[in-house]
Amino acid sequence: MLSVDNIELFYGQVHAVKGVSLTVNAGEIVTLIGANGAGKSSTLKAISGVHPTKAGSITFRGEPLQSLPAHAIVGRGISHCPEGRRIFYELTVRENLLMGGFLLSGTTALERLETVMELFPRLRERLTQLGGTLSGGEQQMLAIGRALMSNPALLMLDEPSLGLAPLVVEKIFQRVVELNQGGLTVLLVEQNAHIALGISHRAYVLETGRVILSGQSADLALDERVQKAYLGG
Amino acid sequence: MNARSLGLSTFYYLGLLLIVLPFLKGNTLYLPLFFLALWTLRRTAFAGEQNRTFVRLRARVDRAVIGNHKPLLALLLAGAVALPFVSSNYLIDVFTSALLYAILATALNITVGMTGTLVLGFIGFYAIGAYTTGILTAKLHLCGFWTALPLSGLIALCFGLLLGIPTLRLKGDYLAIVTLGFGEIIKIFLNNLDSYTGGPNGILGIKKPTLFGWGLDSLPAFYWFCLLCLVVEIIIVARIFASRYGRAWVAVRENEMAAAALGIDVFRRHLLSFSLSAFFGGCAGSLFAVKQGFISPDSFTFLESVMVLCMVVLGGIGTIAGAVAGALLLIVLPELLREFALYRMLIFGAVMIAFMIYRPHGLVGSRAIALEQEDSLHG
Ligand SMILES: Nc1ncnc2c1ncn2[C@@H]1O[C@H](COP(=O)(O)OP(=O)(O)OP(=O)(O)O)[C@@H](O)[C@H]1O
Ligand SMILES: [Mg+2]
Repeated sequence: MLSVDNIELFYGQVHAVKGVSLTVNAGEIVTLIGANGAGKSSTLKAISGVHPTKAGSITFRGEPLQSLPAHAIVGRGISHCPEGRRIFYELTVRENLLMGGFLLSGTTALERLETVMELFPRLRERLTQLGGTLSGGEQQMLAIGRALMSNPALLMLDEPSLGLAPLVVEKIFQRVVELNQGGLTVLLVEQNAHIALGISHRAYVLETGRVILSGQSADLALDERVQKAYLGG
Repeated sequence: MNARSLGLSTFYYLGLLLIVLPFLKGNTLYLPLFFLALWTLRRTAFAGEQNRTFVRLRARVDRAVIGNHKPLLALLLAGAVALPFVSSNYLIDVFTSALLYAILATALNITVGMTGTLVLGFIGFYAIGAYTTGILTAKLHLCGFWTALPLSGLIALCFGLLLGIPTLRLKGDYLAIVTLGFGEIIKIFLNNLDSYTGGPNGILGIKKPTLFGWGLDSLPAFYWFCLLCLVVEIIIVARIFASRYGRAWVAVRENEMAAAALGIDVFRRHLLSFSLSAFFGGCAGSLFAVKQGFISPDSFTFLESVMVLCMVVLGGIGTIAGAVAGALLLIVLPELLREFALYRMLIFGAVMIAFMIYRPHGLVGSRAIALEQEDSLHG
């Protein structure tokens, strides 16, 4: 469904992604793990078009993406839930969600709103509250819900567990698995390699801008190098 | 405190200093007095914050205002309409100026308040509007005011697009400087394009228009006309703010990257808000030209830009009512204080400092505060 081929990404002089290639098949959960600064977020930014790539190609459902601006890529069915939630503090929960459906028509957006609120009932209770007044867990739910508003085929989640209590993390990943069983393809970036390898089908390990390992998640979880570096054993 | 609010407060103080400094010129003696007043105010503000009755009373007043804003709005409008019947010609003139500034501040608030882009040379658009009307009606006699008014707005809008397309991709501070340069360049052009703008001498004899056979040349008539323009502008802007396009502006202000990742074309939102600002700025300039009957580059200095910006910030950034209130405060207050002659600037400065201390989010306050109070209202 998505194939990324040899992409290069720079921030000024900083060479953050050095020829990463990966594929995501329809219906999969694929996870990217790696140390801080390995280039995981940057890879997602390249795919969603938030940051331009220098070289390489990205194809989604057979169409090239790399020359499209970010707002056009959302229309193709890819939704990026960025690192650090980035919800709109001065908009209400409802308005935040509706922004996620910016490209939809009015009635479709309202229908989607219902679906998303069924997924996260907590958001329904907080509908008129300002985004900035939500708790961390609620903000993460809002960020995911907002990314789901556009009814994407591929959802890219960047560290949804960041700063959350274990119980909340579990709840959020449970939702992700349910969504995936409902047919959503997920590309997940996660620091918590335990959970990530537990719920995903395949995984890529990134180090200093390169893919150093890849394979079935279950196999990688048993790999010696992965265990040493990311599973603390 | 995040970077944005830090920038805002720095800017607050800077603006304040810029306003107070000219008043203090030559009277450095008053500077210690000024700081003494500031200190006293801070002390009383602190004491007030500790006093529960005071805090409760203030919350109740706020709630009453927010809860009854519709009748209050009607009352204010009625008062504004009735004003010429009860005040001197001089005051009508002052309030007409205040209305023009309110139009200008509401326009600037679209970019600064809603999309969160700092624009420092906004008066440039005001100048373009004023000169368009001046040149078309008094210099070239090409058309009357009613054609010149929308044309002034449109030409300002075109300049907004021309300036915005290459620069709106820049980040905050750079854009602020670019727009500052724009304001100055416009002034230089006005000073040097003698054959069209009259150079430093400006353009004389811009006539007030007639509306359905009514002359708008009496002071009250022109006042009402400006009031009407302000109301129309407010209605348009309020409608946009309440729509999903307005919310997209706020989304862009709050977080550009997230907005882009959700399918919002960030650059286009910036460009739209910037050119809309320019359009209304140009219209305000057109009104200014006919109000004065005479325009020269001296009316469009950097200090004016800062003044308009201060109105937006002081009134409460991002709110329409705030921009209007800020304009009234900064134009009418100094005039009302004229009787106090020497002490005028002291009182003026003190009032502004008081605002910053008691109302750190501006006169009308941000939406966050308003909603919080609604929350506590319902339990
Ligand atoms: N906006 C930026 N400007 C400059 N350098 C950046 C920027 N964003 C990221 N980098 C650099 O690019 C490299 C990769 O960053 P990236 O955010 O992709 O890492 P990551 O794998 O997501 O790490 P983490 O797990 O800490 O989120 C890092 O060295 C980082 O310092
Ligand atoms: Mg990251």
